[in-house]
Amino acid sequence: MDFYVEPAFFVLSGGIALVGALLGLFERRQATFGLVASLAMLGLLFFRSVPALVYAALYLAFSLGLYRWVLGLFERHDPRAVTLYRVALGLQIAPLALYKVGVLFTPDFPGFLGISYITFKAVQALIEVRDGLIHDMSLTEYLYFLSFFPTFTSGPILRSRAFVDNVREQPSRDVYLGRLYRGLGWFVLGALYKFVFSALAQWALWFVPSVLDSPVLDWLAKALFFGLDLFFDFAGYSDMAMGLGLVLGIEVPRNFHMPFAATDIKEFWDRWHITLSTWLRDFVFMRFTRFALARKLFANRQVTACVGFVLNMALMGVWHGITLDYIVYGLYHGLLLAGWHYFQQTSKFYKAQRKQRWFKIVSWAFTMVAVFFGFALFGGYVFGPAR
Amino acid sequence: MTELEEKIINLVVDISGEEDIAEERDLDLFEERVLDSLAAIELLVAIQEEFGVSIAPTELEREEMNTINKIIARVSERL
Repeated sequence: MDFYVEPAFFVLSGGIALVGALLGLFERRQATFGLVASLAMLGLLFFRSVPALVYAALYLAFSLGLYRWVLGLFERHDPRAVTLYRVALGLQIAPLALYKVGVLFTPDFPGFLGISYITFKAVQALIEVRDGLIHDMSLTEYLYFLSFFPTFTSGPILRSRAFVDNVREQPSRDVYLGRLYRGLGWFVLGALYKFVFSALAQWALWFVPSVLDSPVLDWLAKALFFGLDLFFDFAGYSDMAMGLGLVLGIEVPRNFHMPFAATDIKEFWDRWHITLSTWLRDFVFMRFTRFALARKLFANRQVTACVGFVLNMALMGVWHGITLDYIVYGLYHGLLLAGWHYFQQTSKFYKAQRKQRWFKIVSWAFTMVAVFFGFALFGGYVFGPAR
Repeated sequence: MTELEEKIINLVVDISGEEDIAEERDLDLFEERVLDSLAAIELLVAIQEEFGVSIAPTELEREEMNTINKIIARVSERL
């Protein structure tokens, strides 16, 4: 059963949401029901492919084991804790990394839907155990965090501490009602984005180029409508996931926040696929720059940041898939961020003009051109086979 | 002004390059784009070097360290 696509998914999640909402309205604990429902939904997600079901179950069990092991190392102040934590982190990432490389050779390489997102969540948990920020998350809570079905296949990427806070609190009826209303609102908006606006953009992507008689205009129209389709499809899915999560009592973080209003490329990444960009910011960019700044690896902080941006976004590209389109897409955004950062930090012109209206308008226009060109790269319209 | 306060204000001014923020200790530094993610991490590295106080990158929410006064409070709690 495909999540957010098949009618059966909507019928079943409607039922789950109804039971969840009743529990919430009568001030009963939602988490136990949410966990059971999530595990059942994962069973249905994979029921057509037994190997994927087994792999997903093993990976969940493996992740729980790694978490318990690393937590134990730091609890008893094991002298090898930091070294073994690094081993655990490597083991946690290995299945995803192997999968990304493996599919280059055979499309049947073992993997399962959602392996990326579960890896993001598990890596966050291990890193925060090492940072001393996670002490008492139980295995049941961790299992619920990893298997939470509304966000299992494609995010938004949850953070375990916020998740566990939601699981442990018992909101009053009024507080829960607020969540319920917001959840229903997001779900309806998401469905509108995905099933109406995204469908319109897909239609335009096919129709508009067919009536244009110029290869340049044709290409521009494709880049525009492909980008809009990408946005409405993914933002629509994310908003539905957020809505469903809220009804089940979990404050799922927002994934898109008006990305086409961004007036510079940094702001774009604060608004586009936010839970991925903030995850990368917190666990890649910040760790790398902290490491490099503390050891003075580069001439100055500007250079450190620029290297950090390129590394960070190259990793983002590779994560989408090890193909020319995705790698160039990642490097492209890394270079855009690095270039913009350098301009912001060193240009007197920027500092003098940045608050002027005309500057914001010009900057916005440049950002949108850069962003939609990026979508064209991402969609394979630049290097890939013509679609 | 205590020595701690002075040192922290100097760090923020140094990292952001904005002299006049020393006077506005309750200004939202992220909202006003005085600091961004990189500057925040530079600040954490500088705090570690200056005071030996280690704060992990995801330990604090932005709302917990988005003004000079809050940064001073977070460091003094840990000293």
